[in-house]
Amino acid sequence: MANRRGVLARGLTGWAFAGPGTLLVVGLSIFPAVWAFLISRTRWNGIAPPRQLGWANYQVMADDPELWESVRHTFALTALFVPSSILIGLIVAIALSQDIRFIKFYRTCIFVPFVASAAATGILASYVFNPQFGSANELLRRVGFPAQQFLEDPQQVLVVICLIALWGQIGFTAVVYLAALQDAPKDLIEAATVDGANRFRVFWHVTVPELRPVTVFMVVWQTITALQLFDLVYTTTRGGPLNSSQTIVYYVFELAFQTRRYGYGSAVAYGLFALTMVLTIGMILYSRRARVEAF
Amino acid sequence: MSLSADRQVGSRRRRLLPFSPWHLLLMPLSLVFVFPLVQMVLTSFMTSADINRFPPRLIPTTLSLAGYRGLFGQSHILHWLLNTVIVAAVSIAGHLLLCSLAGYGFARLKFAGRTPAFFAIIATVMVPIQLLMIPTFLMFSRLGLTDTLAAAFVPWLASAFGIFLMRQFFLSLPKELEEAAKLDGCGSFGTFFRIVLPLAKPALATLAVFTLLGAWNDLVWPLIAISDDRFYTLQVGLTTFQGTRRTQFELLMAGNVVATMPLIIGFLLAQRWFVASMAFTGVKR
Repeated sequence: MANRRGVLARGLTGWAFAGPGTLLVVGLSIFPAVWAFLISRTRWNGIAPPRQLGWANYQVMADDPELWESVRHTFALTALFVPSSILIGLIVAIALSQDIRFIKFYRTCIFVPFVASAAATGILASYVFNPQFGSANELLRRVGFPAQQFLEDPQQVLVVICLIALWGQIGFTAVVYLAALQDAPKDLIEAATVDGANRFRVFWHVTVPELRPVTVFMVVWQTITALQLFDLVYTTTRGGPLNSSQTIVYYVFELAFQTRRYGYGSAVAYGLFALTMVLTIGMILYSRRARVEAF
Repeated sequence: MSLSADRQVGSRRRRLLPFSPWHLLLMPLSLVFVFPLVQMVLTSFMTSADINRFPPRLIPTTLSLAGYRGLFGQSHILHWLLNTVIVAAVSIAGHLLLCSLAGYGFARLKFAGRTPAFFAIIATVMVPIQLLMIPTFLMFSRLGLTDTLAAAFVPWLASAFGIFLMRQFFLSLPKELEEAAKLDGCGSFGTFFRIVLPLAKPALATLAVFTLLGAWNDLVWPLIAISDDRFYTLQVGLTTFQGTRRTQFELLMAGNVVATMPLIIGFLLAQRWFVASMAFTGVKR
């Protein structure tokens, strides 16, 4: 009896500590996620009573040309953003790990854009890339290139959004790689150097294998970032021109809060969730098979 | 997690150039990252005549406060700034309290349902925010939270990331101090608040910076839940300029300065904690 009371008291203490935080985090995501699933099986504008449709919303997705356009844009953006953010982040981290003059100043300069919000970054970018008044076109003019339309050109818009996202995100990837570089085993590097291996070979054979787990993590993280990029699209183009920068998340936002198609919007959001899960799990399984212990 | 320079590399080959070749990469790169922010500040002090000149000018001819005058005169920017400060402060307080309590519970206390609860928290990381937008909006509007500041800070009172960070930190602490406190007759909460929490200052600083960045810069939650412009946060307020003042760049940039400078100054003053917070997000999963 006394023992049982002890277990109960311990349980109460445990939940007194963990309960409020758990309730808030789980309550604001698992519960709405289940609700979103129920909504995705209805036609509903939030006012009139919802009409049950079964799986109809999911069937409609298959032949919704606007959805497939936004899937294409999302994939293009992800394919541009993920490799470039990782490659540039790694190069910047290597550069920033050098013991040279002004290195603290360089670090500050390269990390600082990370603290600017996506909203402020988007507004600043629409000024810098403004075809008439922006400094991007001024720079092109000075080096003898013709002026570009940037965010107003359907052909260029995704590339420009990717550049803007890189400006805000390189600080992050560089910090993560920089921390990983400093965790790389110093004695191993020293031993290899003493044995007469040149710096590039040391880097390739000793440092790069050490960076693999971080790289797997960064690929997964940046893929999720790119798939769910919303703030920047909202503050630069709102999906335009001519829907050419409309991504899946932006389409969900439009369906939900502009046309009030809650049911179909939730179904598309679930489609995005499934896509994120498949890509994430696929990348983790692939890295496991390649024997990289990242997760 | 100090990021001191790596002394291994870059000491020998300094003969071709009088300086390290890395400067040739880092100098222009730093310029690319900082130039837009410098231009933002300079443009906020220009007249619209200066901005519309061709070719465009970088340095203002006269120091003009027209952008700031328009900003403070024609928008609720002071409201928005105050709202954002309140939202960030409440979010940080919530995070520091709830995440450290929960993190300690998961790291040290044994109770029924501990493992499933922790897994549920980790699982929430995979749920994309877009899936939650509609039900959360409906939930908030039924609870009467739309058009209140609570809509902006309630989702930021605790996070899976914060609970995980604090749990990892408490797992790395030696248990001896807590056991000694218990022998002295300290209860669980007494031990936590008097002994453990004071040791957790570095982790709490990391968590505070993470929450500050997240809550200050958040756009999605306040955008969908708040439509009364007196309750906007800075980020939402900024986006409303784009429709109505598309070409008033001096005003847009003045707004940007008000919204970003507090964090930039914070970054310059406490770069160590900002970098630690960024690095933790990536490395210590």
